[in-house]
Amino acid sequence: MTVQFKPAETFRDTFTYKKSPEDILRFPFPFPEDEYMYSVNIEPHVKGGATPAFQAVFDIDEHYVGECRERERVLKEDPKRCQVLPHMMAAQWDTLELIMESLAADYPAHFTLSKAGDVWTWVNRPLGLHQTFTFGKPETLPCTPFEYITRQVQGDFTLQDQREDNLFVDGGMVTTQADWSLEFNIGMSFHEWHGPVPGVAHDRGVFDRALKYLLRLQYGQPVRRLNWTMTINPRLDTSPENYPVWGPDRTTVTADNVAEKVHLRVELQTLFRLPRSNAILFGIRCYLTSVSDIARVPKWRRRLHRVLRDLHPDLAEYKGMTRYRPLVVAHLAALDDGAPTSRGIAPDTDRLDG
Amino acid sequence: MTGTIPVRVREITALAPTLKRFAFEPAHGGAFPTAPAGGHVMLTLRDGARVMKNAYSLVSPPGARGRYEIIVRKVAQSRGGSAFLHAHVAAGDVLEMAPPVSLFPLAATARKHVLIAGGIGITPMLSFLAELQARGARFELHHLSSPEEVPVFERLLAPYAVDADIRVHGGGRAAFDLAGLLSRQPLGSHVYTCGPHSLMDAVGTTALALGWPRGSVHKESFGAAAGGLPFKAVLTRSGMEVMVGENQTLLEAIEAAGVAARCLCRGGACGECVTRVEEGEVDHRDDFLSDAEKAAGALIMPCVSRARGPRLVLDL
Repeated sequence: MTVQFKPAETFRDTFTYKKSPEDILRFPFPFPEDEYMYSVNIEPHVKGGATPAFQAVFDIDEHYVGECRERERVLKEDPKRCQVLPHMMAAQWDTLELIMESLAADYPAHFTLSKAGDVWTWVNRPLGLHQTFTFGKPETLPCTPFEYITRQVQGDFTLQDQREDNLFVDGGMVTTQADWSLEFNIGMSFHEWHGPVPGVAHDRGVFDRALKYLLRLQYGQPVRRLNWTMTINPRLDTSPENYPVWGPDRTTVTADNVAEKVHLRVELQTLFRLPRSNAILFGIRCYLTSVSDIARVPKWRRRLHRVLRDLHPDLAEYKGMTRYRPLVVAHLAALDDGAPTSRGIAPDTDRLDG
Repeated sequence: MTGTIPVRVREITALAPTLKRFAFEPAHGGAFPTAPAGGHVMLTLRDGARVMKNAYSLVSPPGARGRYEIIVRKVAQSRGGSAFLHAHVAAGDVLEMAPPVSLFPLAATARKHVLIAGGIGITPMLSFLAELQARGARFELHHLSSPEEVPVFERLLAPYAVDADIRVHGGGRAAFDLAGLLSRQPLGSHVYTCGPHSLMDAVGTTALALGWPRGSVHKESFGAAAGGLPFKAVLTRSGMEVMVGENQTLLEAIEAAGVAARCLCRGGACGECVTRVEEGEVDHRDDFLSDAEKAAGALIMPCVSRARGPRLVLDL
């Protein structure tokens, strides 16, 4: 796969981020039905499926270079966005190996990995990188192996150690997050870091089942799920650390600008068992699409309207959209003709309206 | 369950009268997946109409992608897969191998790793040794062997023995001071054991009696069998009968018959494939149904659960 990149895009201040028509159609729309409930919607992460975003182990799109540059800016301002606890070094090398081999296999025009025993050479053409290093020797890379490779992929990553029948978030690269903090969560167990999800206090069953499933996650059989929220402006870094910067954006939404300002934020979450460390790599790949771009796909605009209209108030509060949800629903209501929608997330069209 | 990959036997080395090392390479070229430390593979062996499935720990280092190695003990009274490998498999033969799985990992937070093996139980330890040395981790290994095989195991361990605390004990279990060994380990140590059940039980019992945390004691396991006895599933709405093989899930058999069943995680967690049971007893293996629902027996998760008898009737 070859991708045309847009290196000058910004995800803050000037917000020059923009999606091509092809990029809108490849958006992994997260709602298979007209109503939404939190569930264990996990499936095998195999190629194919309803969206082109599922065609690669780690999806690369036209925003790749811009997102890597944004990550570099965030790390310069706040180096603690990338942290890995000392016992996770084997997991760091596992991650580097998995990502380099996957990118080289899925995008040979952009990435090349060659090996002479333990001496590896990595070429990343979009970012202009050429690095020879010794696998297993961190001092032969410009930074730790996990940081080195996750600076070169879209989306956040965390590393989970498995011990005492639980998972602990013992490392991560987190710069494109939906209001959670690695600095706050690092070292937490599975139920601790899911504590804020509505309903957990009343019914831990969903999370007990998800944990059991993940404890059994097998090497070579990765899984995925889609999660979602909404973000004002195409801002990748909506972190608690930067809340003063982006929190007030929510007061700027009006009936006139709602379609351009409000973005559906989808996370393609992937989980991989790693071989040497037995750790789990958790990928959280963020996709942003404005309400106005979604409205160009008839099925998606109908469904987004119905989901948001009927969303449980606790979930709306958890996702931080209480203040502006009525404006989005009102905007989309005018575009929903009430026609039935097909099951599944596919756009059911290859041409955009408008 | 996943498919198998064809592997070619590249080399067979006799290590002792009853021990052979088999080296495999991918039959169609390329490289194997990085092996999990302490991981095992499942070989499917066909002796005429008889099919045997045996799990073997990989003894090659995780980073050795060109070849996987196993060591197989031929047991005198056995007529199973290991005897077949010893007697009938030759270099150049192509076998079916399921990709590696790990149920015996190293603990990332261990301050020190204590490895205790007996006999052929040395095999996962060989994979551990390569990984522990690559990590620069602190460890010691004790291997219990019959007196006549001491030199065999010393040769196997020699590549890892430079500046390392590795000992082969040939003086019998009674002469091996397990309690003394475990009581002098520093806090934060983890112990790993593989070998005869009596040895693994002794390691577990002794460690717990000495106050080791349960989570710091690890025993080799190839896991519970994923399959089970074959049975018949009657799908009333589809008007079909489906035979479920011993190495197949109910869901896979239903899909193979062309019936579109809803499913998602294929691991007994999400609940998507829940199906009503009209007749028959269920062997529940999922995490989705509550204990009460399992006891009631009116629902089944076909992705992992099976019949407890010869026949199930499903509303499907």
